[in-house]
Amino acid sequence: MSVTVQTDMFDAGAQLSAFCHDLPDAGGVVSFTGIARMDDGKTERLELEAYPGFTEPWIEALVAEARTRFSLSAAKVIHRVGSILPGEAIVFVATAARHRRQAFEGADFLMDHLKSRAPFWKKEHGPDGARWIEPRQADYQDLTRWSADHTLKEGS
Amino acid sequence: MARVLLFGALRDLAGWREQIFEGVGDLSGLQSDIARLYPDLTEALKGPGVQIAVDKALVRGNVSLSTQTEVAFLPPMSGG
Repeated sequence: MSVTVQTDMFDAGAQLSAFCHDLPDAGGVVSFTGIARMDDGKTERLELEAYPGFTEPWIEALVAEARTRFSLSAAKVIHRVGSILPGEAIVFVATAARHRRQAFEGADFLMDHLKSRAPFWKKEHGPDGARWIEPRQADYQDLTRWSADHTLKEGS
Repeated sequence: MARVLLFGALRDLAGWREQIFEGVGDLSGLQSDIARLYPDLTEALKGPGVQIAVDKALVRGNVSLSTQTEVAFLPPMSGG
């Protein structure tokens, strides 16, 4: 299990290759890379901030829950903070499991929670100024897909 | 002594990221002190989706604060 919050850019392909090494029990690997959109020129850059010492343990607890819930043999999360330009990767999630469904669902679960629950704050800078981005209704709706036996405790 | 941290839109609204508040006994008292010194923040700190972490653990309701406490006000979060 690996969780990294970093300002540096990363190469998602290289991260995936590294993740795929040494997975003797895995029958499948799923990865997702989130990329900053240009949004027709409305976004010049994103600015992301975390709460050091709070954000990392929160993600680690989320990954631990995903590993248990979806029987993942390995999982990795990289999330960037700082200034991010359109086209750059913001987030990377990779999961490995014995069977593909577990790996797909584990990655999906992680991303839904990173999107609207993880302690990050995102500001969009564009030609008309800057604004803080809050999760869309659709993001909250996505979370309900996991709520039937959702066990992640707030603050854990 | 409470070290108060603001994140996201709350920080922009306040114009500061971190302030020290002396002689604070509990969270309610701290919120009153903030409201007195920064009236513009009063409503925003109670806004929808604003969570509070004391020493990096989320809390609800009033809690007592130790002599060296970090209190963070966390507006709605958005990653990815």
